[in-house]
This record gives sequence, structure tokens and C-alpha cells, in this order.
Amino acid sequence: MSRQTGHSDTTWQRIAIALPYLWLLIFFLAPFAIILKISFADPVIAMPPFTPTFGDDGALQITLDNYAFLFTDKLYAVTYLKSVLMAASATALCLLLGFPIAYGIARAEPETRNILLLLIVLPFWISFLLRVYAWMGLLNNYGVINNLLMWAGVTDQPLAMMYTDFAIYIGLVYSYLPFMILPLYATLERMDLDLVEAAQDLGATSTVAFWNITWPLARPGVIAGCLLVFIPATGEYVIPYLLGGPESLLIGRVLFDEFFTNRDWPLASAVAIVLIFLVVIPIVLLQRNQARATENAA
Amino acid sequence: MTARSSNSAFIEVRKLSKHFGDFVAVDAVSLKIERGELFSILGGSGCGKTTLLRMLAGFETPTSGQVFLDGVDITNQPPYERPVNMMFQSYAVFPHMTVEQNVAYGLKKERLPKEETASRVREMLSLVKLDDFGARKPNQLSGGQRQRVALARALVKKPKVLLLDEPLAALDKKLREHTQFELMNIQDELGITFVVVTHDQEEAMILSNRIAVMEKGRFEQIGTPKEVYEFPRNRFVADFIGTINTFDGVVQNSGDGIVTVASDECGQSLRALCDKPPKNGSDVCIAVRPEKIFISQYKPDNHEDACLEGVVEDLGYFGNLSLYRIRLATGKVVQVSSQNRRRSIERSFDWDDNVYISWRPRSALVLEP
Ligand SMILES: Nc1ncnc2c1ncn2[C@@H]1O[C@H](COP(=O)(O)OP(=O)(O)O)[C@@H](O)[C@H]1O
Ligand SMILES: [Mg+2]
Repeated sequence: MSRQTGHSDTTWQRIAIALPYLWLLIFFLAPFAIILKISFADPVIAMPPFTPTFGDDGALQITLDNYAFLFTDKLYAVTYLKSVLMAASATALCLLLGFPIAYGIARAEPETRNILLLLIVLPFWISFLLRVYAWMGLLNNYGVINNLLMWAGVTDQPLAMMYTDFAIYIGLVYSYLPFMILPLYATLERMDLDLVEAAQDLGATSTVAFWNITWPLARPGVIAGCLLVFIPATGEYVIPYLLGGPESLLIGRVLFDEFFTNRDWPLASAVAIVLIFLVVIPIVLLQRNQARATENAA
Repeated sequence: MTARSSNSAFIEVRKLSKHFGDFVAVDAVSLKIERGELFSILGGSGCGKTTLLRMLAGFETPTSGQVFLDGVDITNQPPYERPVNMMFQSYAVFPHMTVEQNVAYGLKKERLPKEETASRVREMLSLVKLDDFGARKPNQLSGGQRQRVALARALVKKPKVLLLDEPLAALDKKLREHTQFELMNIQDELGITFVVVTHDQEEAMILSNRIAVMEKGRFEQIGTPKEVYEFPRNRFVADFIGTINTFDGVVQNSGDGIVTVASDECGQSLRALCDKPPKNGSDVCIAVRPEKIFISQYKPDNHEDACLEGVVEDLGYFGNLSLYRIRLATGKVVQVSSQNRRRSIERSFDWDDNVYISWRPRSALVLEP
């Protein structure tokens, strides 16, 4: 009888393990395969607007033209670079702002803590688009901020904030900050305060204790938060579109234009595939780093 | 500029208080501890032991009062500057560092040369018998081993004082007994002053040179384990340390260092030795420990002793000793313990046996009610 339970236990275990894989297969791998397939096709004016993978005679017809084009036109490289750099800077800013906030919440009284957490997630109740629009109202030349500055006599001409990289940073940091704060909070809240005191007891000042104890122990939260910000920020479309200027061309915008304006699905797919790899590489690096860290821990 | 302590006590705590809002966690306690002493602070949960210890370590700022160490006022020194180390109740072993790194941490902060750090760490690991565990991470250690890492980590700094917050509370009984003696040996070997916080009276009795019994943020009594056990200053201490029988009564007569107390609870008058006899007619309580009471089948003929008659209501066999609960005619129940000196399968006394219990006047204490 015990054998029977043992058997069904492993069956259930297998199912439990299989579920996330199934999820990945359906919602990540399958779309990825479709996009990958399209990226090797030629554009045609038809529906769908690309050539089939196998011709009428059954022969495989794939082309690397789209990728070649990405590498020949410098615009793409520049745009990728700019997108990654901007996302990385926004991630760094989010970390800089988010860490003290998460730390403050984790150390607050339990009742205050819940209120503060609620305030962090409260903006999610309003549509993302509306919130970005609200920033337009704040940042534009005759917006709230400029009016206030001019009224206070700080400047007599409106500062050009709208349609600049500055506005994009504001939008990115504002929108993604909660994704940094929440995982950081989760690790900091679990951390035993005695550890920091023990370090101080052994001769570390508060600052040294922070870098020796709090920071390394918060690393899983830092990594999770950075990924949660960096990945969506790299391909972000709405924020640069609404807040950025014509010169702030980012890869999300390029992708959108290729798909919908030029209807060049194969090229757009190639752009997307390269973007995925650009985003996947840091994850793999971080994961390996993490694995090495746990190996050392073991 | 630095105020010197009045006399040569190694640690002196003067009227130290800690308030959390309206709540008084530590209430103007004063204390002197000698160099090399193993001093225990004993009290129930929430009486303020940890708060007091944290003020000695520098983690809590006292609301008022001062702490002197070796003649220097350290009241306002931050923890990292005090020549004092603490072993936390949770052990607080750094989970991301190996055992060796944990122990070396404090020395690294002192910027000691590498070779000296390494040799002192090795020495200390061997003292706590963790020689082969240097490369392990804390999650690969048992609770007892983690406790020893915490101990080594604090001791390697050669502090003037080691503060230990419930050092044995998280260990199982066998390991606890073993570790008690190990702690005493280590303390003896290094000669470092230990201040141990505990809620376990047995542990405090075994470990310490002196004990401070704490209750509601105050010290009820400070003394050697013997003093605290045999001469408790009040009823709280008597009750808290070990078991004691108490008989409330009124002083009938006092003189020649002997007090006679009429007690309704036992239906007769009891005599006890007392240096400072209370006034006639005042309410007092006579207290006797269970092991100071003799139990016999026949009435003993010594008229000096207090002697009461009762019935065995309950008994318990503990191997080395037996415990009896004797019900007197008045309904009062008295606890008696007696050594099982003879090997015998028969019980000396059985349930519902009629017995006599007696004790010498010098075994009894006179306490305030
Ligand atoms: N930081 C704090 N804020 C408020 N109350 C506290 C704080 N620390 C301790 N207390 C209170 O002080 C009392 C004594 O605590 P503690 O010294 O930890 O007791 P013990 O160690 O003797 O069990 C407890 O009632 C506790 O709730
Ligand atoms: Mg405590």
C-alpha cells in the first residue's frame, strides 16, 4: 500500500514539475518559434505578409536577409545599444531609489508596513497609459512643473523636459520602481536584524555592516528586482513613444514601426529575436553568477 | 573628563533604566561585577534581561544611568568601540560566510595581520572543537555547532566581557548539560568575565559565581547561588528559585534570634531562626524547602523541631529521590523530597499513609508575606 502512495506521489511530483514547463512551452516557446520562423521569411504583399517556410514544391525556403539587414544598417545597432543602455541606467536608478524605500518599509512597524506596501502598489489600480499621460501633463512646457518653476521665479522660460530622454527616464523609473521595491522588500523583510547587530558588535560601523551583511544577503532581491525592471524596460514602447522626442528612437519603437507601419513582419521578427537574445544574455550571466554563489554557499 | 567608577568593580552599572514609551523595561538597576566572574542574570520571560544586556553591549541607549567598564564610562560608546562582545540568543551566525570567515570577521575589522588572524581563528576553532568545520557554511551545521561558532566568533576578539543571551536555550537537554560545563571550562581557561542571561534557574545555579534575580525590570536579589537559594531575600526569589513551602502567620514571640509564628495554615505555631526578628504581631511567612523536611512514619521525639501530621496525597519516584505531597489536617499541602538512599523495590510510604513531617528551626526562613 505504501508503495502505491509512493508511486502516486512521484506522479504528482512530476505533474507539479511539468506545469511550469508547460506554461513556458505554450506562452513562451511556441510564440518564440513562430516569430523565429517568420524572421527567416521574405516579406510579401499578401495575408499573411510573409512567404511560407516551405514552398509549393515542398522545398525549404528560408533567408537570412533580415538578419543581414539588421547588421548592415547602423541604425539598428545604435538603437539596440541605446535601448539597452537606457534600460540599464533606468534599472540602476530604480535600484538607487528602491533600495532605501524597500529598506525603510521592511524596518517599519508592522502596521505602517502594510500601509506603505499598499501605497507602493496603489498606482497599479490606474491604467498604465493614463499614468504616463499624466506625466505629459506634468512635464510639458506649460505643464504643472514648468508653471510652478516660472511662478516661483526659478526660470522665466519653460524648461524643455517633455520629448527628451529625461522624460523617458522619469517615465521608466516611475513605472518600474514598484517592480524593484517589492522583491527587495521581500528579501530585506526576511533578514534577521541580529546579523547586522552582530557585525557591529564585532567592530563594524553601521556603514561597514551594511556592505558586509545587508547588501550580500539582499542580493537575490537585487537580482530579481533588476531583471524585473531591465527586461521590460529594454523593449518598452509606450513610454518613449509618449514622452520621448523623435531623436529618442528606441528598439520598441522600431519594432512597432516595422510591424505596423511598414508591415515588414519578417524584419520586425528578426528585430524581436535579436532583442530577446540581448535580454536573455544578462539573465544567463546572472543565473550563472547566482549558481556559483549558491555553490560556494553549499 | 571621563567619570571614573567609585571603586574597583570591573563592571559597574549605576541606576540604569530603559523606557520604551510608557513601558519601563529596566528600572534603575545597579550592579557590580568583578573581573573574571561568571555572572548570571536570571528572570522570567519579558522581565528585561535582554534589554539590560543590550545596554551593556551598546545596542540600546539607556534612558538614564551609566555603565562603567574597567573604570571607564562606556554608557555612550557605540557597540563597535566597546571592548565587549555579545553572543546573540539567535546566534546570528552570518549565513553567507564559512565558519572560518565568521570567526575571522571581528579580527578583520580590527585590521589584524593575516597570519595572526589565521592563527587566532585556528586556535579558537580548536578551543570550541570545530577544527574540521572551518570551511563549512552555517546551514551545514547543527544547532550546537552554530552555537559554538557564535561563541568562537565573540571570544576570538579577546573581549573584556562576553555577554551571552540565553546561550543554551535552543539546545536539547543532554547537549545543554554538556555545554554548560564546556562554557565554564572555557571561561576558566580564558579568564574572561561572562555575563549570562537565562530564564533557567538550574542553569544559573550551576554556571555562575553570582546570580542577579530579575523581575519586572528590577533586581530582587544579587548573591551567590547558595545565598540566593538558602537565603532568599523575599518570597518572589524563594518561589522563583527551586520549590519552597510557605506558611503564612503572625509573629507571637521573638527573642534570642528565634521567632515563633502562629500559623493557621498548619494549625500550630512554627519556630524559625532569624537574625532580624520582626515585631510581635506582624504578618510574616515561614518558608521551608522540600529537601529540608524529614518524613517519618512515627512522631519524632525531638521537641525543638517543627512537626506536622498529614496524609500522603501524592508521590513521585525520580530514581535518585522521591517527591511527596502531604496534605495536612488544615487542607494545606506540603511538598517534601527525600533521597532514596537504600536500594529497595518497596515504597517507604504509600498513598494515604499517615505520616509526620518535621524540620529544624534553622532550616526555616522568615520572609515578608
Ligand atoms: N524595542 C522595544 N520596543 C518596545 N518594547 C520592547 C522593546 N524591546 C523590549 N521591549 C519590551 O521590554 C520587555 C523586556 O524585554 P526583554 O528585555 O527582551 O525581556 P527578556 O529578555 O527578559 O525576556 C518586554 O515586555 C518587551 O516587550
Ligand atoms: Mg530575552
